[in-house]
Amino acid sequence: MKYLPVIGLEVHVELKTKSKMFCGCSTQYFGKAPNSQTCAVCLGMPGGLPVPNKKAIEWCILIGIALNGKIALHSKFDRKNYFYPDLAKGYQISQYDMPFAKNGYLILQNGKKIRIRRVHMEEDTGKLMHEKINGESVSLIDFNRSGVPLVEIVTEPDFENAEEVKEYLQALQQIVRYLEVSDANMERGEMRLEPNISLTVKKGVLPPYKVEVKNINSFKFVEKAINFEIKRQEILLSDGITPPQETRGWNETKNETILQRVKEEANDYRYFPEPDIPPIQLTNEIIEKLTKFIPELPNIKAKRFKSSYDLSSYDIEILTRDKNTADFFDKAVLDGKSFSVTPKQIANYIINKKPDIEKSVPSEIIKTILSSSKSNTIDEQKLTSVIEKVLQENKNAINDYKNGKTNVIMYLLGQVLRLYDEKIDPKLVKENLEKYLNNN
Amino acid sequence: MNTLTLTEAIENLKNKSFSSVELTNACISRIQNTDSKLNAVITLIKEQAIENAEKSDVKRSKGIDLPLLGIPYVLKDNFSTQNIRTTASSNVLANFIPPYNATVVQKLEDAGAILIGKTNLDAWAHGSSTETSDFGPTKNPWNVGYLPGGSSGGSAASIAANQAIFAIGSETAGSIRQPASWCGVVGLKPTYGRVSRFGVVAMASSLDSPGPLTKTVKDAALVLKVIAGHDPKDATSSPLLVPDYANNLQNKKKMTIGVSEDYFNSVDSQVANAVYKAIEEFEKKGMLIKKIKLFDPKYAISDYTIIQRAEVSSNLARYDGIRYGNGRDMFGEEAKRRIMLGTFTLSSGYYDAYYNKAVKVRTEIINDFNKAFSEVDAIVAPTAPTAALPLGATKENSMFGELADVLVEPSSIAGLSGINVTCGFTSLGLPIGMQIIGPQFKEEVVLQLAHLFEQNTLFHKQQAKL
Repeated sequence: MKYLPVIGLEVHVELKTKSKMFCGCSTQYFGKAPNSQTCAVCLGMPGGLPVPNKKAIEWCILIGIALNGKIALHSKFDRKNYFYPDLAKGYQISQYDMPFAKNGYLILQNGKKIRIRRVHMEEDTGKLMHEKINGESVSLIDFNRSGVPLVEIVTEPDFENAEEVKEYLQALQQIVRYLEVSDANMERGEMRLEPNISLTVKKGVLPPYKVEVKNINSFKFVEKAINFEIKRQEILLSDGITPPQETRGWNETKNETILQRVKEEANDYRYFPEPDIPPIQLTNEIIEKLTKFIPELPNIKAKRFKSSYDLSSYDIEILTRDKNTADFFDKAVLDGKSFSVTPKQIANYIINKKPDIEKSVPSEIIKTILSSSKSNTIDEQKLTSVIEKVLQENKNAINDYKNGKTNVIMYLLGQVLRLYDEKIDPKLVKENLEKYLNNN
Repeated sequence: MNTLTLTEAIENLKNKSFSSVELTNACISRIQNTDSKLNAVITLIKEQAIENAEKSDVKRSKGIDLPLLGIPYVLKDNFSTQNIRTTASSNVLANFIPPYNATVVQKLEDAGAILIGKTNLDAWAHGSSTETSDFGPTKNPWNVGYLPGGSSGGSAASIAANQAIFAIGSETAGSIRQPASWCGVVGLKPTYGRVSRFGVVAMASSLDSPGPLTKTVKDAALVLKVIAGHDPKDATSSPLLVPDYANNLQNKKKMTIGVSEDYFNSVDSQVANAVYKAIEEFEKKGMLIKKIKLFDPKYAISDYTIIQRAEVSSNLARYDGIRYGNGRDMFGEEAKRRIMLGTFTLSSGYYDAYYNKAVKVRTEIINDFNKAFSEVDAIVAPTAPTAALPLGATKENSMFGELADVLVEPSSIAGLSGINVTCGFTSLGLPIGMQIIGPQFKEEVVLQLAHLFEQNTLFHKQQAKL
């Protein structure tokens, strides 16, 4: 390919605080009757005033810290002014030039650093619903989502392909879940993805255009959308056409991006400091205190699982995927120590048997492993001597095997099992037998 | 009865000289008899008020006492009132009935006060005349050919006409003090953040300060005590404790009063002379008068205009025509002008030249006052350059408000406390107002000085003849 993709990402994560960002209404709008979770503040009624949710701000800062960002000691909220029917006040309270966190990064498996430009706090909008009532097409507004805390995480255009984007997104989703600040459930819109894609001819040279794909709700679709865009733009560029600066949407049924609107010039949101909310001052002590709330994050946990337990990367990937499983595993390893149950045994058990960790306790798992492994414990010395004895007595069979009659092994296996006289995994015996036959 | 001050009315209700029902009826009758001339009240709350008065009489008979139990008051119509329409004197909100009370309204209700009417204002509080109201202009009780000032013109006129015992207004820059001055009543503009803004239809959010309009300084102190304080619904409200202003009206020390000549430039000579005389009165009472040099207030006009218009353009965006029944075409000329100007000054490419610069100038003005308050306890100046102007004066003058408010804008930008008291009358018999400006959260100081002046003069005793 003569073009190099330049991809950046904007991700919105809804926080799972009990109440909304600027009022006391519940954030649990999912499945609730339209406009039932609202008040004067989130409906933007005259005289309604925003009072910031302390927990939401702390959680936004936690995300910033977890993404290695620099936390601002002095920050503020701003008004982003624009008209849209789902925007109750005619402006969104967001953060413009002083986000809570800046200059973070996340490192991919291949060691590549994805720079995170900013992590800021804002409020969600209401939702438009286009329906037919009595045969008439109408647009309805549900403000239940209006004012739900939203954290926006913006990267630099550091991605070069869809795989990197997907890995970053999975890592990000995992981090916010580890922090327990969001469920980041894509189908519920708790995590929304907006890649911007363009192609350059030379690494490090930003192209003169950018195509944004809005509101994608699955990692798979992000991958598809990016790959589709790369192809689409490649064709245009090969024809000497610079793709226009535009916003597109992902069409799941057609498997393609479709034009939503052309951005002829940047929107003028007329940002200015939100006068209803005093600036927010943090101290290093507060930041340190918050940092203590950050649990061991997936990448650090993975390193520890490798160094302390010597697990395969496959095992580690599965065990650290969600925090509860990882915590359960850690506890089980601790409980298993005194019974000489190895981390590997526990990992195997959790991965293969998939116990419901919500319902079981680690010590029970250890008991189960112990009782099942008793019968499977192999006395290696005994097995070796039995195999040697059987082979000694069946030299003809060895010759047959070497001459290609390999199914003679089944006869030998039967002899070994009979002589061993204890319950033993036949597969294991067969493996050992094969080793002997091939070496002798 | 309706002519009584708040202090007197409380006394009489306590002594059971009359009931709250009688007092409330007297005020309502007064509104009914005078308001065709004044147009101060745009929504009269009759049945509900009488009902509440009956309830408060029952409470009192049971020995319950509350600071304002059974006292009828009027409220500027930009304060949200549950189940009572709240229009901000704009057709956009002509049919809006809020499902919630402003914090000030709730506090007054909890203190036993009885709402009897919602008063006229310049639409959206945009103005200093009450002439831009979509419900018609309010007239000055001292002479109905004259303006009451604004934007709390309805509240000021209502008190001057003894339609209620006290009134609530709101000031962004001058909207309490200037109409109080033109209508000859006391108007207290508390420090920004002293009184909650929750439920007040926002004009310029970084400036809006609700406050009382009353017949005496002590009345203002009593009302402030009730409405002030931290509100969990307003992040800009101050957590500072609220002092007992009314029991702390006697100044305990000799105070220094600052006088800045720039506040007397281009002021009508009758007004200037009355204020100079008042300053002499303070001197006679043992106060130290000190000449100070403040920034010329004219610089505040452009600074205030830019900040206020920017915030207005954003605050009025919520009236997008989808809710409240009426669309943006219902905005009056003044609101449209302000939206246009504010939108312009916030636009990219202009933000630094206008809004950002204005914020910096604002800091300079705050510093200028801080410097002054390191030398003086309070500053005395005329409230407005002139006494009330004739009806129609705002026509063809889109900057009318800013010019009428030139002397109160600097202290509003700085979020200071201030009060208007009457200090004379013009040859036409119109009241002249003097303002006393104090540092932030020093309402006690301005109240003490205003009280001292009032105790030694008779201007507040004069009544408008309707």
